[in-house]
Amino acid sequence: MFRFIARRILQFIPVLFVIATVTFFMLRLAPGGPFDEDKKIPEEIVRKIEAHYGLDKPLWQQYLIQMKNLLKGDLGPSFKYPKHTVNELIAEAFPVSLQLGGLALLVAMALGITSGLIASLRPNTTSDYVPMAIAMLGICVPTFVTGPLLSNYFGLKLGWFNPGGWFFPEDRVLPALTLGFYYAAYISRLTRGGMLEILNQDYIRTARAKGASTSRVVLRHALKGGLLPVVSFLGPAVAGLLTGSFVVESIFNIPGLGRFFVISAFNRDYTMVLGTVLFYATLILVLNLIVDIVLVWLNPKLKFE
Amino acid sequence: MLLQVENLKTSFHTRNGIVRAVNGVSFSLEKGETLGIVGESGSGKSVTCYSLMRLIPQPPGKIEGGRALFDGIDLLNCSEKQLQSIRGKRISMIFQDPMTSLNPYMRIEDQLVEPLLIHEKLNRAEAVNRAAQALADVGVPDARRRLRSYPHEFSGGMRQRVMIAMALITRPELLIADEPTTALDVTVQAQILELVRRLQKEMGMAVIWITHDLGVVAEFCQRVVVMYAGRIVETAPTAALYRNPKHPYTRALQRSIPALQPKGAELFTIRGLPPDLSRDIRGCPFVPRCEFNQPQCENPVSLEPVGEQHCSACVRVQRKEIQL
Amino acid sequence: MPLAAEVPNLTPSDEIVPDKGTSLWLDAWHRLARNKLAVASAVFLFLLAIACFIGPMVVKNTYYAQNLELGPTPPSASHWLGTDKLGRDQFARLLIGGRVSLMVALCATFVSLTIGVFWGAIAGFVGGKLDGIMMRIVDILYSLPFTIFVILLMVFFRDLEAQFRWLDRFGIPFNLLLLFGAIGVVEWLTMARIVRGQVMSLRKQEFIEAAQALGLRRRRIIFRHMIPNILGPIIVYTTLTIPAVMLLEAFLSFLGLGVQPPMSSWGLLIKEGAEVMEEYPWLLLYPGAALAATLFALNFLGDGLRDALDVRASKD
Repeated sequence: MFRFIARRILQFIPVLFVIATVTFFMLRLAPGGPFDEDKKIPEEIVRKIEAHYGLDKPLWQQYLIQMKNLLKGDLGPSFKYPKHTVNELIAEAFPVSLQLGGLALLVAMALGITSGLIASLRPNTTSDYVPMAIAMLGICVPTFVTGPLLSNYFGLKLGWFNPGGWFFPEDRVLPALTLGFYYAAYISRLTRGGMLEILNQDYIRTARAKGASTSRVVLRHALKGGLLPVVSFLGPAVAGLLTGSFVVESIFNIPGLGRFFVISAFNRDYTMVLGTVLFYATLILVLNLIVDIVLVWLNPKLKFE
Repeated sequence: MLLQVENLKTSFHTRNGIVRAVNGVSFSLEKGETLGIVGESGSGKSVTCYSLMRLIPQPPGKIEGGRALFDGIDLLNCSEKQLQSIRGKRISMIFQDPMTSLNPYMRIEDQLVEPLLIHEKLNRAEAVNRAAQALADVGVPDARRRLRSYPHEFSGGMRQRVMIAMALITRPELLIADEPTTALDVTVQAQILELVRRLQKEMGMAVIWITHDLGVVAEFCQRVVVMYAGRIVETAPTAALYRNPKHPYTRALQRSIPALQPKGAELFTIRGLPPDLSRDIRGCPFVPRCEFNQPQCENPVSLEPVGEQHCSACVRVQRKEIQL
Repeated sequence: MPLAAEVPNLTPSDEIVPDKGTSLWLDAWHRLARNKLAVASAVFLFLLAIACFIGPMVVKNTYYAQNLELGPTPPSASHWLGTDKLGRDQFARLLIGGRVSLMVALCATFVSLTIGVFWGAIAGFVGGKLDGIMMRIVDILYSLPFTIFVILLMVFFRDLEAQFRWLDRFGIPFNLLLLFGAIGVVEWLTMARIVRGQVMSLRKQEFIEAAQALGLRRRRIIFRHMIPNILGPIIVYTTLTIPAVMLLEAFLSFLGLGVQPPMSSWGLLIKEGAEVMEEYPWLLLYPGAALAATLFALNFLGDGLRDALDVRASKD
């Protein structure tokens, strides 16, 4: 197992290297620069600033310097928030996104697995159709519609929550629900599909023939196999929760990394964009690795290659 | 009388209509007796037994009527809870395909001890000891270590041994075996057969052995029920059935065993196909394939005694018009 | 021995291949026709497409005409879905927005379909080392934060618009083209995996081997036996890709990265509506409902097709 993990981590290096290179050149080849919009600044000063950040050097030199710094784990100074390094900015903003994503994931798993289980136990009856209809609703109504609706109704109309912001514990509720609901819908459908397939297996009949009660059959015999599709989905889901948080963060005015990223992309904040992309990529690679490990652990037929 | 099945009817409601898979089946079983149920695929022999345990998927399956008295309890109409206390404790089952009938995600140990945990409320350590003993009894070497394995680490024959150990671990009064040797190699088949026979002798349980292999029945069963198109067409003590079949279908089945035919002769086959069970069949279902059929065979027919403990559902045999 | 004599003298000609294909497709068609939800969805989508493509030419209000004096009004007889802050007719904007959204969805799906099918088919057919490399690339790309890349592409390259003004002469806004490309380029991965998996499993199947044993030409095997069998999953997955792409387009427009006003798309309308939903809720409600209804219909149709063509669920 350790060899498997070590090998996968070794594979991260070329992947991250390619991502860093592609992002770097994409940023530089695109028109515009970080100090374009500040028209008021005299040319001379702009040049000085650029010299300060090494932007006057030839591109290949900048690239080498950037890569050397990245190897040291130094993402560089932010161009738009001159007093901070990118590492600091990420360290500040990411916990917020992580909290939002984590809560949303909890919502998604709790709602999704429960409703999917209920639906799978009596297929093609009301207790199947109702949760599946709601799940379809969850998939088809995007977060940027549900978000404003929830914010307006529960925030402004009923006054139960603040319509935006990230100050009090209760501020987490609406964003987490908004973000989690879409994934709950997906997980619900996956759970139902996986469970239906497993519940039709011969070994479920064996379990029933042994006198196992319905709850024992479902919980001890079917759940493990039935949730495999859900586990495989968790990798992309977590990635989606993190990147999907862009919209929710901007709807609810949350100072998370997603919003930071979009703003810095608009601002051509080279180092911040590159740093965030690499950070997200590493995160997703690690999450996928964890999912793969969990899959092997859940399925005795799989072995670490 | 251990088990008495009366007029069992099971059907499947499919898109193409109602398939009457089991259509009025009655038979009975004494304590410790071995009964064979023979028939080709689709004859309703497996559905009959799954119906007894209420293990057919509902829907689309539905038990339409009948009774199945097991020691005074009607298996078809008792509560789910009562049935659960019988399943795996007093009646156990082993299945056709040992490859798919064991849970691939659970260790053998967890699957073996489950009947004990459910029915006998043993603590874990005792249950594991019993499981190791049961596994050794069915001839799995190094049983205690093998308990920690997963099903995919066993061969087909070994898995079927595990299935048998699991079914018999509670010492049931009745074992229902649904073609347990069909999916196995011939040599392994003989071993499994021998194993069940030995364990039956030791434990004194009754066995219902479902098979399409008349050879297995001859070796193993005291009495035979022959099924065709969801009905019983003949039932008799094994020896009588072989020596003196009383239904054209049984006769035809017998003649199609290659080993019983002279060398070099063309293989006997029953012409035609089994009937479509989603259609209503009024008379004898074997009519279109029967070499003795007459217009009177289209009338409804029932299973009637034609000899000592020997019943047949052929009108012409009942009227002694034909000798088979 | 007599077995060999029993086999009729077969020649490897086209005639001996029974035309099973049609009946299978016919079968699927009947199954689909019985699925009321899927049929209703198909009808809805058809009507929607007609409304969005012909509608803007027929309705008397245009999507760009402003009426600042009028300002935002709730739905009325002259403006069926009301007007926005600038007094633009919402109904006209919804129709033209629908046209953009549908077009982006179709074109981007087509881009992803083309890349995915070719990539997957080549990997599957050639197999071996090339397959290993190609699929490794897909695996790696899978593990990338793609939404981020689309955002980057959209942010950085929309400033190139000035150099592509000549495109406007052909009635194609550069922005839209960028959108097709950016979305299409990221959505092909799953398609490639599905096609490759199908090709691989088909290559091992008996009826392909049988066709080879009969001496059928390679081209004939591919067109007659393999493509019809791969088509099912492709059709189904394509129908399910369209809603995903629409959602992505709306998502980008919501972030202000899609088409620009006065042009509209449903995502853009939702964004504008969300900003003022407190005072003028209809501005969010109608585009939101239009998008949701379309996604509903596409998903139902996709599910219906999957059941009809009996494609094993590959995503869920």
